[in-house]
Amino acid sequence: MRRELLDVTGNESFGPYTLLRVDRGDIDPGRPGQFFMLEAPGRLLPRPMSLCLAPPGELAFLIEALGRGTQALCALRPGEAIHVLGPLGNGFDLDVPRPLLVGGGVGIAPLPYLAETLGEPPAVLGFRSTHHAEASALLPGAEVAIDPVLVTELIAPGHDILACGPEPMLRAIERIAPNAQFAWEAPMACGFGACYGCAVEVDGTLQRLCVEGPVLRRRGRVICC
Amino acid sequence: MTKTVTPEPREGNAPVRIAETDAGMLNSIGLANPGRAAFLAEMLPRLAELGLPIWVSVGGFAAEEYADTCRALDGRDDVACIELNLSCPNVDEAPESAADIVASCRRETGLPLYAKLSPAVPDVGALARAVEDAGADGLSLVNTIRGLALDEGLRPVLGSATGGYSGPALKPIALAAVHAAFRATQLPIVGMGGVSTGRDAMELIAVGASAVALGTVLFSDPDAPRRVREELYAELSLLGHASPEEARGVARSAPATPKP
Repeated sequence: MRRELLDVTGNESFGPYTLLRVDRGDIDPGRPGQFFMLEAPGRLLPRPMSLCLAPPGELAFLIEALGRGTQALCALRPGEAIHVLGPLGNGFDLDVPRPLLVGGGVGIAPLPYLAETLGEPPAVLGFRSTHHAEASALLPGAEVAIDPVLVTELIAPGHDILACGPEPMLRAIERIAPNAQFAWEAPMACGFGACYGCAVEVDGTLQRLCVEGPVLRRRGRVICC
Repeated sequence: MTKTVTPEPREGNAPVRIAETDAGMLNSIGLANPGRAAFLAEMLPRLAELGLPIWVSVGGFAAEEYADTCRALDGRDDVACIELNLSCPNVDEAPESAADIVASCRRETGLPLYAKLSPAVPDVGALARAVEDAGADGLSLVNTIRGLALDEGLRPVLGSATGGYSGPALKPIALAAVHAAFRATQLPIVGMGGVSTGRDAMELIAVGASAVALGTVLFSDPDAPRRVREELYAELSLLGHASPEEARGVARSAPATPKP
């Protein structure tokens, strides 16, 4: 885990999402599913973002401008710089015989790096519109479902699912594949286990998502909010 | 400073526990901690390996709970000081007064006892005198103050609706509390609340703090302790003070004539 001031090297749009690229500095990209705390200009707290891609010499994050922090991040341009801390959290367990990546909306964020690491396994992605589905360009070869078709309808049985997306999508997957790996999210302050702010309920006990997760592999109930 | 230790393990409050606001943040962690036994057996030995002075934050829901933990920590040479968390806005208050709790703890330990007080009391000076009389060795000012944030749908962001407000918005409140306590007692005061720069630290020292603590700033800048100390010494130097001790309380004089 390192913290560095990194230069912004790119800002590209993929549908309504932004792929923010920064110089990697001496930061280790870590494992797929791990995340970084990104300084959000003008805001008090950094924002947790999973690593989307690790291009040579860079780190790239896929971000949707939903609130003030993400709006600030999506407005960054080359020439600016932000502090980045990471890698943080656990990552996906890559030792699975038949991986299938399942992503929804901005939840596809950790999947491109994961796909690259696993050698481009099958992937199914769901989006709410064709405009949102432009982000599927980050996972060439993925099957895409657009509302009202749900991504869960594209899931073929017999796979080891690695999923990230909106809570209803994760719950639907949980019902059909209880042993799937899910990347959850929670509001965070520190991101490294000190503040206990990101606690989520896993199998009836509260655990820090930044330490026990963000990828959770257990069966059972997870309650984030 | 450790997270507050309570006799029994506490899971803490329901998610969501963090809310950022414009000038600060709210937390409703609710004293999540592994409990006294696990703290003593597992956490304290690991912290001791860092080679830094360790202040243990002690909490409870009755004077007896605070006192029991003080007795358990008494005499340990890996504990530099006990800070009594008398003022967390995220848990129910103990029925006894702050002074009564301090007195109960005083009987149980010879370790330095600092009382961490809430800013949300009518008379900080009077409270400072009361805990001093009860045997406190110092004051920590201030704890967070209760606040609430609503989301776009007008729903409370936090799972427990309210939480403790910290960050830059708390600084004027901290300055006022330290200012009042410094005028009321001779006790050392650890000032805290919204410090993110050496200048902020200088201000707390100027109103009477003998030391300064950092909290919220660590989430955005884990390097803050080193940076703030460096900036503070630059401020002291600029203002002609040889040390923080020498600068303590320099803001004592009456305010200057307001500029039009």
